[in-house]
Amino acid sequence: MPQSSDTQIRRFTKAERWIHRIIALDIGLLIVTAAFLYIPDLSARVGNRYIFRISHEILGFALPIPVIIAFCFLAFRLDVKRMNRFTRVDWQWLRSKDRRTGGLAVGKFNAGQKLNAAFQFGAIIIMFVTGAALYFNEFISIDLRTGFTFVHDWLALIVVIMVIGHMYMAQREPYARQGLRTGFVPRDWAMREHRGWAQAMIGETAPASEGEPQPAQPE
Amino acid sequence: MAAEDADLTPADGKPIGRRIVLGMAGVGAVAVVLGKQLTSMTSNAVGAVAPQIQSVIPATGGFRIYTVTNGYPEMTTAAYRLKITSGADVTTLTFDDLAALPQTSMTKDFQCVTGWRVDNVAWSGVLLSDIIDKFGLSANGTALSFTSFDGAYTESLTMEQAMRPDVLVATSMLGGPISQEHGGPVRLVVAPMYAYKSIKWLDGIEATPTVEPGYWEVRGYDVDAWVGKSNGRSDAPVV
Repeated sequence: MPQSSDTQIRRFTKAERWIHRIIALDIGLLIVTAAFLYIPDLSARVGNRYIFRISHEILGFALPIPVIIAFCFLAFRLDVKRMNRFTRVDWQWLRSKDRRTGGLAVGKFNAGQKLNAAFQFGAIIIMFVTGAALYFNEFISIDLRTGFTFVHDWLALIVVIMVIGHMYMAQREPYARQGLRTGFVPRDWAMREHRGWAQAMIGETAPASEGEPQPAQPE
Repeated sequence: MAAEDADLTPADGKPIGRRIVLGMAGVGAVAVVLGKQLTSMTSNAVGAVAPQIQSVIPATGGFRIYTVTNGYPEMTTAAYRLKITSGADVTTLTFDDLAALPQTSMTKDFQCVTGWRVDNVAWSGVLLSDIIDKFGLSANGTALSFTSFDGAYTESLTMEQAMRPDVLVATSMLGGPISQEHGGPVRLVVAPMYAYKSIKWLDGIEATPTVEPGYWEVRGYDVDAWVGKSNGRSDAPVV
């Protein structure tokens, strides 16, 4: 496994990059098949409702598999731990107007990435549960079926908006994309966007910066 | 170089991510339970402000297209045939034959048993009662069975239900031909009942001695599907 160099810092392992690709592909295809099932103009044009339905069901039931596999990797579990925790810097980052100038010792993920990750994880669980309930609908009363449909449809719309937002943010950040493509990010970029993490990775003690709190340092 | 987790310290910060996930699960569960009420609320709200986007915003109105087979069956008006079986007499009508019969129009709400509803849908075609009278169907049975050229769907009505003035063999919807996904070129519209009674892609009407439960009815739906008075639902009657 290649390690960080003087100019590049390792950000994601190979496993993490492939898991991201597989989950992104699955969710992307779920959105496409859903569009053909749901948008009247599209479904009228292409027909073949049965094929789209069965594809959507298979893709949906398959989605937990890469998620579960992901948790088998330590690097992923550590990143989940990072995503889960909101530090003082994260709250400052959310309030700050110049959050991208490197003044804050942001960790490996900024607060926006953490919020998105938590939302997408919650959304995967809810979409899976409601989708499975609609698949096994013969065991469910009509009123509850209406409820499951309501949640599945509305959350799907929000997920699509969040995914578009996620891709929009990614297209503005070539180095973030490079991180997911190659596993490495430039040191300068990491120092600007994720200073707390970059300094810990380099093994450097953070210099004090204009009244901002020091990032927590490991022993 | 430092270790991969050099930036991580124990109990650093609050587990907001977990709280978001659990909060979403809680809100989701409540929304499932209240979904029936929420569906009609959002439907009314969006219908009042922006009716033109109803078909894209979830659960707010507009038709949902259901078929029980693979895709939609295809049929041109030229190839279309409606087989009417009245005792020993079998008559086959073309689309033009239907157009030559007395035409009736009605505008009615369309209510699905899964909760969605479309207000004021304009239909026109031939009253089922006119067909019953013309082909003497009531002399040959107490009920009607309907078949679809999708090859799977069936429906039924008692003769009394079939004689109502709001039951139409429709050949037109919203001022134009009935599109393929809406059951064109010819479908049944049983306005006072849940939409599963309104069989799409209608190709057969037969007088039967008793009611033969239809596709969804053998799968647990009520045979007498009055809107608001069946299937455990309390929707407002259609107008």
